[in-house]
Amino acid sequence: MKSSYFAPGSIAIQENCPSFQVAVTSATLLLVETGSAHKGYVSEVQNVLEELGPYFVVAPGLAIAHAKLSAAIQRPAMALLKLTEPVTSGSHNDPVSLVFAMCSPDSISHLEMLAEFGELMSRDGIINNLLNASAEGVIREILSSHLIE
Amino acid sequence: MLIYAVCGAGIGTSVLLKANAERALSMLGIGAEVQAVSIADARGTHRMAQVVLATPEIVDQLTGIPAEIIAIKNIFDLAELGEKLKESLG
Repeated sequence: MKSSYFAPGSIAIQENCPSFQVAVTSATLLLVETGSAHKGYVSEVQNVLEELGPYFVVAPGLAIAHAKLSAAIQRPAMALLKLTEPVTSGSHNDPVSLVFAMCSPDSISHLEMLAEFGELMSRDGIINNLLNASAEGVIREILSSHLIE
Repeated sequence: MLIYAVCGAGIGTSVLLKANAERALSMLGIGAEVQAVSIADARGTHRMAQVVLATPEIVDQLTGIPAEIIAIKNIFDLAELGEKLKESLG
């Protein structure tokens, strides 16, 4: 997976996050703040969560927040919010402390990014290393050791 | 053989699930076509898959589908995917 998907500022740590819903919003906002999506994308992702429940909590402790392709998306990008204290989402994979957010403007880049993300996260140990990391620098290091330029 | 990887909209989780199911199948040496579809597609399709893969939250919404439904808890865990696919197909 390309390291350029994670723009500077797209990885953050949050302390005392009150709920999974807030975590998803904060993670999606990282995409907005780094210029990858318009603000409307945040409510689009919230709508998915409201409609379908926490199904994007796809592995123990890990969520991948996203909505459908939309005009609110400017470029393919990813963000990661690490919660210092995990939250419950109602999923079988609770509690959650890694909230990824992703967006892509067209289906080709969307599929590419998802395939690459899936491959990345199935590598041995990476999720545990991320779950154990507590500083942004450490998270970026873990990701960079697996990402390509 | 046809396998569905199902998620809410057929564009996110199901694509991740499809990619890793394909890798698990190839590690097992099992030839099968995996399609990423939405819940609605999985329910309303004319070409029914033999096996349906989905996360536990989605499985609850797939009752009544005439296929073997397999709940995958961790879609990144190739060992879990491989084991469950092997049990079903091997």
